[in-house]
Amino acid sequence: MTTKAQLFITCLGENFFSDTLKDMVRVLERLGVQCEMPEGQTCCGQPFFNSGFQSGALAPARQFIKVFGKTDGYIVAPSGSCVDFVRHHYRELFPEGTPEHARVKELVPRTFEFCEFLLNVLKMTDVGAVFPHKVTYHASCHLLRGLGLREEPKKLLRAVKGLELVPLNEEETCCGFGGVFSVVYPEVSKTMMETKLDNIQASGAEYIIAGDPGCLMNIAGGLRKVGSPIRALHLISVLAAQ
Amino acid sequence: MSQIPTHINFRTNVKNVPPHMPVSVRKATSKFLGTRQAVVDVVGDERWQALRQAGHEIRLHSLTHMDHYLTRLEEKVRAAGGIVHWARDAAEAKQIVLELAKERGVKRAVKVKSMATEEIGLNHALQENGISVLETDLGEFIIQLAGVGPSHIIVPAVHLTKEGIAELFTQKLGVDAPPDPLKLCAIARTRLREEFLSADLGISGANFMVAETGTLVIVTNEGNGRMCTTLPPLHIAVVGIDKVVPDWESVNVLLKLLPRSATGQKMSAYTSFITGPRRSNEEGGPKEFHLVLLDNGRTRIMKDEVTRETLLCIRCGVCLNVCPVYNNVGGHAYGFAYSGPIGAMLSTQLLGMKTAADLPFASSLCGACAEFCPVKIPIPEILLRLRHRAVEGDQIERAAAPAVIQAGVKLGTLSFSLPWLYEFGTQMLKYIQAPLRKNGWLPNLPPPANRWTMARPLPAFGADFRAWFRKRKNERQR
Repeated sequence: MTTKAQLFITCLGENFFSDTLKDMVRVLERLGVQCEMPEGQTCCGQPFFNSGFQSGALAPARQFIKVFGKTDGYIVAPSGSCVDFVRHHYRELFPEGTPEHARVKELVPRTFEFCEFLLNVLKMTDVGAVFPHKVTYHASCHLLRGLGLREEPKKLLRAVKGLELVPLNEEETCCGFGGVFSVVYPEVSKTMMETKLDNIQASGAEYIIAGDPGCLMNIAGGLRKVGSPIRALHLISVLAAQ
Repeated sequence: MSQIPTHINFRTNVKNVPPHMPVSVRKATSKFLGTRQAVVDVVGDERWQALRQAGHEIRLHSLTHMDHYLTRLEEKVRAAGGIVHWARDAAEAKQIVLELAKERGVKRAVKVKSMATEEIGLNHALQENGISVLETDLGEFIIQLAGVGPSHIIVPAVHLTKEGIAELFTQKLGVDAPPDPLKLCAIARTRLREEFLSADLGISGANFMVAETGTLVIVTNEGNGRMCTTLPPLHIAVVGIDKVVPDWESVNVLLKLLPRSATGQKMSAYTSFITGPRRSNEEGGPKEFHLVLLDNGRTRIMKDEVTRETLLCIRCGVCLNVCPVYNNVGGHAYGFAYSGPIGAMLSTQLLGMKTAADLPFASSLCGACAEFCPVKIPIPEILLRLRHRAVEGDQIERAAAPAVIQAGVKLGTLSFSLPWLYEFGTQMLKYIQAPLRKNGWLPNLPPPANRWTMARPLPAFGADFRAWFRKRKNERQR
């Protein structure tokens, strides 16, 4: 039986990371996974929830449940943060007794972040990628602490042919994105980002790799601003390279 | 000395942070984190995690049975010859201390480092009433001279350099102070000795209160705690009611967690156990011992099942040390005695949203604090709940976000529940952005989006995946 992946493209993914999404399809299809893109999907609701508007998160979350509830197979997203939100907050948004609760209970166990899906569901480490570059890895907070993926993304990177993974000082320190935080306190967000950039530049890597669109927007923007030749890339795009 | 704020503007406070400050702070916090890691490694991760779980359970049990243990504590303190006072709020606590001091003609007080007395602004109240107060913890001594509040809950002067401290000593103490830590320490010590011997009141807080025996546990590193609680004839301890624990077995676990998490010590240099005043057959110790049990909003905090876990805190400060926000802004930006993640949780609940609604947003929700917290406080979850309280309100406080913003959010979420509108929006953005677009980036956006672009450009909107995917699918089906 073919494994089916219902792509949850996420709002940041769709608006800012089209190439990553296309790469996600390429990698999955290469591994024999049948990709579907459920129509009608929007956003998981996390931006509202994290801004304190928990009631505002209900409508987008209901939309997610409505769209993905109709699907079968796995739900796969290119973002640890969105998966973390669905996995750890939907039960709180739709507690027992609400009409959505049963659907949530059914959806959550089959929703995966891309690295998890490769390693834990497909049991794949080497996806046949070739990327002859020096790269370093930034551990996105929600991927790392929300989903507990500490070594997994680096395992995938190490299996890429030609790739040299160099250590990043303070790899696990937040880059300063933090969703709403980045616009509520832009000055603090900026200094956190600058610390991250200093570490990236000191690593000697050509590419900074991360697994979450939020961090990548922040880091890529920062690198652009200082005119650095280092490029920020989603892990998926590295795995798609051949 | 710190005063109780009426409004905290975190962003303004951040803008006032001196540029050298993050460097001093990071130097100290990274040193603490390094020594912490070394002692935790000795314990071993599996055992450390088991200790954290035990610590969590002990603290949660203590809180949920607080009434029982406080009653027991009161009995035991009385039996040991101490006197217990209950203070509903900061004003009552200050009144109790002032009255005790006045009745006994107290002129000079010496203090052990205490966050509870910082919280209620006790020094200010005493000084207004003509009683001199001297902080005897070196860090507190320094910030008292500087006239500011603590910038870290365990290392209050962490924002200062040795040069800064030397300058302060020269100015305020009229001595020739070189920027040498040992010499600075000697200067402070000389000044403190005189005061220890002449003070007629010693004030302390406590790290834990053991209900089983009515004992205060005080953890210090400088020995000043023992001086303050044994030399003056009167000892008053002001302690938050959340500090109660059932018994010595609990203390055994918590004392394994606290110094390791705080300073990376297996044990602090001094761990004092104080049960009542001097017994008739003893030579040392105060003649009178008073314990002021401070509520000051803690019972109210207990009413919310999520946010009440704030009170599990054993004040080790590791959440500050690992917090990337704290490390970049320092403690004073948080506007109150408590700073960093614990401040963002505790100050908000103690002071209320009208004063402190900025604080739960002063976090990127990275979760490093929760990973390190020795009693496993779910800090990001609590901050999220407090953000919700701040803007939408809950059973504790009413909504603070203006109605127009509430309505705006409702309208915003509408587009996320109408897929056609959402998809249309993603395509429209690509056209709307055109005049601002430069080489695939949006370097300058109008307000409020300039809050993003003031720090870095935004990638240009470029939603085309759905079209790509649909086309590909159609082609394959043909």
